[in-house]
This record gives sequence, structure tokens and C-alpha cells, in this order.
Amino acid sequence: MQKLILRRVNAGGDEMLLNFGPQHPSTHGVINFLVDTDGEVMRKAVPDVGYLHRSIEKIGELVGYPGFMPYTDRIDYVAAMFANEGYAVAVERLLKLEVPPRAQYLRAVSCELCRIASHLVSVGTMATDIGATTPLVHALRERERINDLIEELCGARLTYNYHRIGGVAFDLPGGWKEKVLAYLDHLDGGETPSRSMLAEFDRLITYNEIYLKRLGAVAVIPREMAVGYGLVGPNLRGSGVDWDVRRDVPYGAYRDFKFDVPVGRGIAGKVGDAFDRYWVRVQEMRESARIVRQALEKIPEGEFMAKVPRRIKPEAGEALSRVESARGEMAYYVVSDGTDKAYRVRARTGSYLAMGIIEDLSPGMMIADLVALIASLDVVAPEIDR
Amino acid sequence: MAPTPTRPYAPKSTPKWLVALTLVVMLTVPFLFPVLILFATPLDTPAGLDALARWLGVTSASGRDALTAGALLVVAFLFLNFGAIFSGMCVWWERRIAGRMQSRIGPNRQGLGGFLVWIADAVKFLLKEDLVPAEADSLLFRIAPYFVLTSFALTFVVLPFGHSVIMADLNVGVFYITSVTALTVVGILISGWSSNSKWALFGGMRSAAQVISYEIPAGIAVFIPVLMAGTLSMQGIIRAQGGAPWEWFIFRNPAALVAFFVLFTSQLAEANRTPFDLPEAESELVAGYLSEYSGFRFALFFMAEFGNIWVMSALATTLFLGGWQVPGMPAQAIDALRGGAVVPPAAWWGWQLVSMAVFATKTLLLGNVVIWLRWTLPRIRVDQMMTLSWKYLVPIGFACLVFTLFWQLGAAAAPGLELVSGVALSLLFLAIVVAFLRRVLKNVSDVRGDAIDLSNW
Repeated sequence: MQKLILRRVNAGGDEMLLNFGPQHPSTHGVINFLVDTDGEVMRKAVPDVGYLHRSIEKIGELVGYPGFMPYTDRIDYVAAMFANEGYAVAVERLLKLEVPPRAQYLRAVSCELCRIASHLVSVGTMATDIGATTPLVHALRERERINDLIEELCGARLTYNYHRIGGVAFDLPGGWKEKVLAYLDHLDGGETPSRSMLAEFDRLITYNEIYLKRLGAVAVIPREMAVGYGLVGPNLRGSGVDWDVRRDVPYGAYRDFKFDVPVGRGIAGKVGDAFDRYWVRVQEMRESARIVRQALEKIPEGEFMAKVPRRIKPEAGEALSRVESARGEMAYYVVSDGTDKAYRVRARTGSYLAMGIIEDLSPGMMIADLVALIASLDVVAPEIDR
Repeated sequence: MAPTPTRPYAPKSTPKWLVALTLVVMLTVPFLFPVLILFATPLDTPAGLDALARWLGVTSASGRDALTAGALLVVAFLFLNFGAIFSGMCVWWERRIAGRMQSRIGPNRQGLGGFLVWIADAVKFLLKEDLVPAEADSLLFRIAPYFVLTSFALTFVVLPFGHSVIMADLNVGVFYITSVTALTVVGILISGWSSNSKWALFGGMRSAAQVISYEIPAGIAVFIPVLMAGTLSMQGIIRAQGGAPWEWFIFRNPAALVAFFVLFTSQLAEANRTPFDLPEAESELVAGYLSEYSGFRFALFFMAEFGNIWVMSALATTLFLGGWQVPGMPAQAIDALRGGAVVPPAAWWGWQLVSMAVFATKTLLLGNVVIWLRWTLPRIRVDQMMTLSWKYLVPIGFACLVFTLFWQLGAAAAPGLELVSGVALSLLFLAIVVAFLRRVLKNVSDVRGDAIDLSNW
């Protein structure tokens, strides 16, 4: 990056060095891209991350094990439930703690609702970045309903702090199940998929001709490249790699559910283009709704919290958890030295991995395509920097 | 489908009469100005000015010249104010439509249904700090908005509003309007360059490329009604059409129908409206050439942008949609009512108002479509914008032009040809409109299960 700046400053000529961010409508938070442009065409775009670094991993070493839970919300505030879950699972593995089945089901329900909410934000902002403002407002309208539901469940709308080491904080509120089912019918139509919010969304934007032309065969990430750069989640599946932690390395209650893993098919152009990543997210919302229905149907009675010692003090050792976050595989690595504070907490997040591919994908793309690429990778700034 | 979850509160309902009153006021206020101009028209003729001079006791030639200049100034003032106030109204109208389309309310606080919001906006803009960036080319930065504003204001010289309401019916009217609208790009390019901001520069360059590219298909499409009417005068083109849909140019010739869409698309691009809003492309270029502008200068840019909705719709209405022609009341019949008196008879005034209402209705409907498009479509990319213009619209425009040449020969040989085409294409268009409405109703019932509610107007 330094080299790029110096080269550009010294070279002069027709090319221009453009600071795309940190305050820019389409960077989805405070990220800077140094864009070396020749007119509308980019020579290179170099992501410059770190504007939102808050030392969350270091905080994890300073506060106790349960005290870190609210901080995990801030790792990814668009989909905070997964950050909660990943940390809880890691510490449970450290403690060798068995989580009651009801708690595992509640985790699955809350996480899948959160996934729908996060994907709604993603697909909505993607449409806005391509220039259509209406889909975002429709998506946020639906997300508000999910926020209402989650607020009833745990009292918070954004930074949930719902999962606990050993279970979840609250049981199902009365009548909540029916509200969720009614909402899901509204979302994916239940028996009549054509009469649903998602079908309307598809009619409004997904299969819009201009939209397909803008995203089809743009920012194509081939299968090998996606695997090579360690992309995760919808970004990886968009490139046609059939990999989902929930199905392939099941955790929690996910063994009990039937669901499909949508992968990119190249509907608008090539497999792995921006549209495929977008399309995978739209389909995943439908799958998440399926999972929530099954979970609410099969949810067992019983405790929603395991017997956890008042003072959490795991034996010295290490544990790794992998959960499928809305932005892909999220891993927590927690090392204990036998005290009541972690020796090291490390979170591996999908957005950070996605940033790595931008520099190598950008040469020859247009500036408008960079916007589409960033949006299609669904990066969330706090998750990049932590 | 299961009922949607109930809302935690019931919105306050607005009485229907209040909704109706708002709409009436909204339509009346901007159109008060053309009506005022209508009452000034008898005075703007040589005979009327002579009568006024006699009445005032002015006899010298210089006095009469001063009187003429004064009358023209009054008319110019009224036209400019129409432009400014219409663009203000249009801001409100667009924001309300956007609110409807996006499941929200939109501005509803200032005045009835929020329709005074544009005044609040204007006052806010005037009170904002007038900022010229330190590194900007101060002179060019300051004059750029006036190029845009001038180009917008000059179009009103030849835009008709009704049978007799037109500032000057130039015999090169259409040519004039395509020339002065090209001045916009000068202003945008100057603003993009002088701001000394990379985003503004990108916006300015995109705008230059876009406006110049789309001038060509627009110019070719404009030739088709000119060919059919045999004149470049705006009023002449309207007089060559009739009141009923099958007498409009758009349906009288299949190529004209295509040319209408070519013109409409090109005008969207020239007015920087979605899907061609690349010069300001918020998600790409922050605000494009407007990035560094604030306060009054920004307001000037936006006034021209929203006012251009009227200009483009009025031009399309004039060229293709029969203008102010009233069905069942041909222009010659209105002419016959005029009589020789300085103050024309009441029937003439009445038909004038009807013709103005017809013109305004057509223009507003078309303007509404422009607004719908903006809140529905995504934005196209720069290379796609160029491709659309040069690879599709320009060849299609030329094909339409050649077709029209032969069509005119055919129509001269077989007079019934234009009527057959007019009726057939009108019916086709009606069928499309019906299909569109049915589709809308189906979508509404699919998602909500009930009618559109205007309760929290």
C-alpha cells in the first residue's frame, strides 16, 4: 500500500489515486480502499483495514469468561447471535460442559432468525449499492419485525447478548412461537411460496434485467480461487463450493434438521459472480425459515441452562469452535491458563478473509464493479477489524 | 397466506377530504402561473399592446417599446416562477411517491400532507453556509449552477402550455430546445472540474459522456414527429396532431411508437434520472459533481433537476402525445372563437383552460412514470450506458427515421393507413395499461391481501 501511494505520487500521468473511503456510502462501515484508477477502470484496489479496531480480542483476556459475552456482540453487530454462539461453544468445550437440548434448539432458532435479519441487510444494501433504493427499505421493514421478535426473546434488538456459557439467557416467551410462525409464513409464504415477501422481493429486484446485467459475470471468483483465499459462507458457496459448517461439521442442534445448502449456479453469467453470492443469500433466507419451523416444532422441554459453576475457571487447555455465521464460518480459539480469565481469545471472521481477495480481483474492474464486489462479499467493518 | 403480524400502534387516519384538498392545492399552485400568463396573452399581441398603450396614454415609439419590454418581463417572471415552484412541488410529490413505494410515509408535517416541505427545504438551503472549497477554482465553481439553471429556464421560451399559452412559438422550436438543453452539460462539467474533488471530476466526466451520447438518439427521435408534422415549431407539431389518441403521432406510425421510447430513454439519461443517474451515483461517487456544493448553489442544481421532469415530459407530450389538443374540439374551432375584440369572449377563455388542463394532465402522468422508474430500477454501469446509446438507441432511431420516410409516402398514397395504425396501436397500448394494472393489483393482493391504504396521509 505504501508502495502504491509512493508510486502514484511520483509517477504523475493520467492515472489517479482515489481514496475510496473511509467515509463512503458503499464501504459498509469505515474501510478505506486505495484505488488506482485509469478513468473508470481500476488498475488495483487495495483495502486498508483497521479503522474500526477496538482490541476486542485483548479485552477478552482482561475480562472474565462470562464478562466477554457482551463484547462478542460488537464483533459483528449485524449478526451478533453467531458471535455469541461461537464464543459460548468454545468456552463450553473448554469446560467440557454439556448444553441442554432445549438450549441448543433455542440457539438454533435465534441464530437462524438472526441469519435472516443479517441476509436481509446484505441483499438490501447490495441493491442500494447497485442504485435501487427501494429494496433496502423493504428489507429493513422485514428486519424490523425480526428485531421485534428477538427483542421479545431477549430484550435487545441489535447486540443481543442472548447466549450464555452453558445455554441461553431466557426461555421462550408465551405466544412467541405462534408469532414467529406467522412471521415466517409472511416471509417465505409457507405453502404458497409465490405469495410471500421474498417472492415480492424477487419480483422487485432479484430478477430485474438491469440488476442481472450489473451483477452477472462481474467479480467472478472461480472455485479454486475461493478455496485458495479461504473464503467462507455464502461467498464460498457462491463460487459453487458445497460447504456448510452446519451440515458438514454439525454443532448444537443442527444434526436434527433437514435443510438444503444453496450453491451458486451461474444463473446470471458465470458461477462465482456477484449475482451468485447475492442469490445464495436470498435462498439461504428460505432455508433458515425452514430450519426455524422444524426447530420450533421439535423443541424439547427441559432446562435452557446447564449447571454452570458460579466462577468459571476452566482447566488449562485450549478449545476451538466453528459456527456458520451469516458471513460464513466463524471460529473462536480460546486458550485457558487455569485462571478465571482467558489467556488468549481469537476470533476468525469471514469479512476479514473476504477483504484479502479484493486486491487480486480488482485489476481491470470498473469502479461501479468494485461497489458490487464489496457488497456481494457482504463485509461488515467491525467484523473485519474487531 | 397467514395475516401479517399486527402493528403495535394504529396510525392516525387522515380524512379523505383532506387528501383531496391537498391534491387540489398541489395542482393549483404551480399552474396558477400559466393561468396568469393566459390572462396576459391578449396583451402580448401587437393589437393588445396598442390597446394598452392607448389606454395608458402612451404615444411615443420609445414608450411603446418600454411597454413591450415590461410585458415580456412579466411573462418571463411568471414562467420562471412556474419552473421554480413546479420543481419544488415535484420534490414533495416524488418524496411522497417514494414513501408509498417503500412502505413508509414520507414528509407529512409541513402543511397539508407535508406539501409545504419544499418551502422548508428551500429556506434550509438558503440558510446553509455558502461554502466554496479552498482549493476549488472559485470563479468557475460559482458560475457552474447558473449554466444549469439558464439551460433549464431557456427551455420555457418554446414550451407550450396550452392552445395560446407559449412564450414564443419559434419556427425552429424543437431545434432550439435540443440546443439549450445541451447547455446543462457545460454547467455540470464546469462544476465537476472546478470543485477540485476526484468524485466531482468523475461525476462531471460521466455526465459529459452521457449527455453527449444521448443527445444523438434524442435528436434522431425528435426528427420523426418533425417529419410527420412538416414543421419545427412546437405549436405547429401539436396542431398537426389531434385530440383523440389515434390522432397522436405516437400511434399514427409504428416507428413513432418506438421513437417515443427512444426519446423518453434518452431524456431520462439527459436529465440524469435513474437508471441513468451515473453522474451523481450516490453509492459509487458519493454525490458526483454535487459533492462539494452546499446551500443555495446546491438548491439551484436541484431546482433544475426536478424542473427538468416537467421539461422532458412536456417535450414528449408535445411531440408524440398530442399536446394540448382537446378531443372533439379541434384547434381551428378554438381559433374561430377568438373573434376580433381585444378581450376575447368567455368561451375562448374556457377552451383555453381546458386545453391547458389536458396538456398538464398528460405531462404530469408522464412525469409520474419518471418518478416511478427512479424508485424501481437499479442504475446501469458506464459501459452499459454507452452500449445502450450507441449500439441500440442510435441504430433504432435511424431505422425509425427511414421507416417514417417510407411511411409518409405510404400515408400520402393511402390516407386510411394512419387511422388504421392509430386505432390498432391505441388498442394495443390500452391492453398494455390494463395488463399493467392487473399485475399491480395481483402483486398488492399477494403481499398484503388488501387495497392500498392512504390512511396516514
